[in-house]
Amino acid sequence: MGKALLKRGGLLIGTMLLVSVLAFTAFSVIPGDPTGSVLGTEATDEQIATFRAQNGLDLPVWQRYWDWLTDFVTGDFGDSYKYDMTVAELVVTQAKVTLVMAGIAFALIVAISLPLGLIAARHQGGIVDKLVTVLSQVAMSVPNFVMGIGLLFLFAVVLSWFRPEYVPIEEDLAGHLRFMVLPALAVALPKSAMTVKLLRGSILGEMGQDYIRTAYSKGNSQGSALWRHVLRNAMIPVVTFLAMAIGDIMAGSIVVEQVFGIPGLGRMLISSIGNRDYPVVQAIVVLLAAVVVGCNFLADLLYRIMDPRIDGR
Amino acid sequence: MMLSVRDLSVVFADRGAPFTAVDRFNLDMDRGEVVGIVGESGSGKSMTAHALMGLIRRAQVTVSGSAVFEGADLLALSREEMRQYQGRDLSIIFQEPMTSLNPTMRIGKQVEESLRIHEKLSKEERKVRALDAMALAGLPDPESVYTQYPHQLSGGMRQRVMIASALVLRPRLLIADEPTTALDVTIQAQILETLRDINRREGAAILFISHDLGVVKALCSRVVVMKTGKIVESGPVEDVFYHPREDYTKLLISSRPARKKLRGGDTNG
Repeated sequence: MGKALLKRGGLLIGTMLLVSVLAFTAFSVIPGDPTGSVLGTEATDEQIATFRAQNGLDLPVWQRYWDWLTDFVTGDFGDSYKYDMTVAELVVTQAKVTLVMAGIAFALIVAISLPLGLIAARHQGGIVDKLVTVLSQVAMSVPNFVMGIGLLFLFAVVLSWFRPEYVPIEEDLAGHLRFMVLPALAVALPKSAMTVKLLRGSILGEMGQDYIRTAYSKGNSQGSALWRHVLRNAMIPVVTFLAMAIGDIMAGSIVVEQVFGIPGLGRMLISSIGNRDYPVVQAIVVLLAAVVVGCNFLADLLYRIMDPRIDGR
Repeated sequence: MMLSVRDLSVVFADRGAPFTAVDRFNLDMDRGEVVGIVGESGSGKSMTAHALMGLIRRAQVTVSGSAVFEGADLLALSREEMRQYQGRDLSIIFQEPMTSLNPTMRIGKQVEESLRIHEKLSKEERKVRALDAMALAGLPDPESVYTQYPHQLSGGMRQRVMIASALVLRPRLLIADEPTTALDVTIQAQILETLRDINRREGAAILFISHDLGVVKALCSRVVVMKTGKIVESGPVEDVFYHPREDYTKLLISSRPARKKLRGGDTNG
């Protein structure tokens, strides 16, 4: 197990380096320059030259990349061109908002899909099963920002249960969480639909295995065969899927933030691209990639822990 | 009479016209007796075994007739009542040792599962009895096998694990559904020896199901020959083997060497 994980860890670092190169060079080769958006069109050549020298923009790309990378790994993400703040300060504040939303979304996915998947599989062909099959098909085919608009319309306009006005976490924790539930739901519903479908199929597949027949032959009831034998085996692909879904949830949160007007990473990312505030954009891209790569690593680790057959391979 | 089966029929009603997999099967077994059921695949022999074990759970399949075991008709019991017999008085070993064990559960837990379900014992007591059953089933070094997972064992070892978990509560009837078909010939002989030993030492009756009349002859005193769900011939195993009345039985005897050759390349074990 240790050797395989070491290999995975190496792959993880390699992937992150590649992402950092892409994130850095992408913004070095596209047309446009931060000087224009920061200093304005009235800036003199002298001012531009001073700004470029201050921010190291006059150095060759590979040298800028190296300086940026060596600073980045020590936690120094550089300074924002646009705001008078370090990138770290800027990103951490916004990331907190997105993380809260992604966390709620993940909890909702687990809370929605595990019971539904179990019930649908256990009473195959029953009312819950049929309902879940239809609804999950719908939920899966709707993109999360459309889902967000739909939820907003239903809960804010039709039912008036939801005030579409962002509440910062520093002002009112309960109010903040209450606000975040709806956007989180928009992110969670499509993913929940997939999880329910996966879990239901996985449980039914395991129920038909020979070892379940063995379990019944020992006097297990249907319930205990399900809890003691089916569930652990059926959860292996589901846990892997959920761990890998965390990256998607973060990315989904960024899009949904736009719909709900939440000042999270997504908003920061999009405005920074417009402002050519590259240090901010690069930091966000690399951090998101780190979350995705980290979750894939976690999925792999969980898979190894849950399935003894993988051990030593 | 320990087990008395009368007119056992199994009918599938889910594929258009009803299909009779087992047609009025009859069988009597005494305590400690070893009886064989032979037939080619699709003859209904495994279905008979599963019906007796209460393992036919699909609503579209009807099981009729009676199977009186120690005074109780197994086929008339509710699923809940039948659970009291499964794994305690009646046990079964299946054909596929590779897939019949839970891949993510340690061997020890699987062997002692019947104990957990049917008796209130401490963890330590359960382990002692599981190790005992594992030794009886001929598993070398039960202590270390106890903590292993199925994929770490060979096919023959896994079948011994199946035998151990079937024996842990010392059932009065052990149904062996083609227990050696998936194993190579040398392992097959060892497993048969173990079953014979269990019958002698523990007095468990064995209902041995096989397509191989030669294997049945080596183990059983009586044999029932099945074809397309019906009994075509039955009697003491020597009579049936040396003086078969039915052409079908002769076919089962004469086809034996060819079948052996076909399975010669089997790498299980």
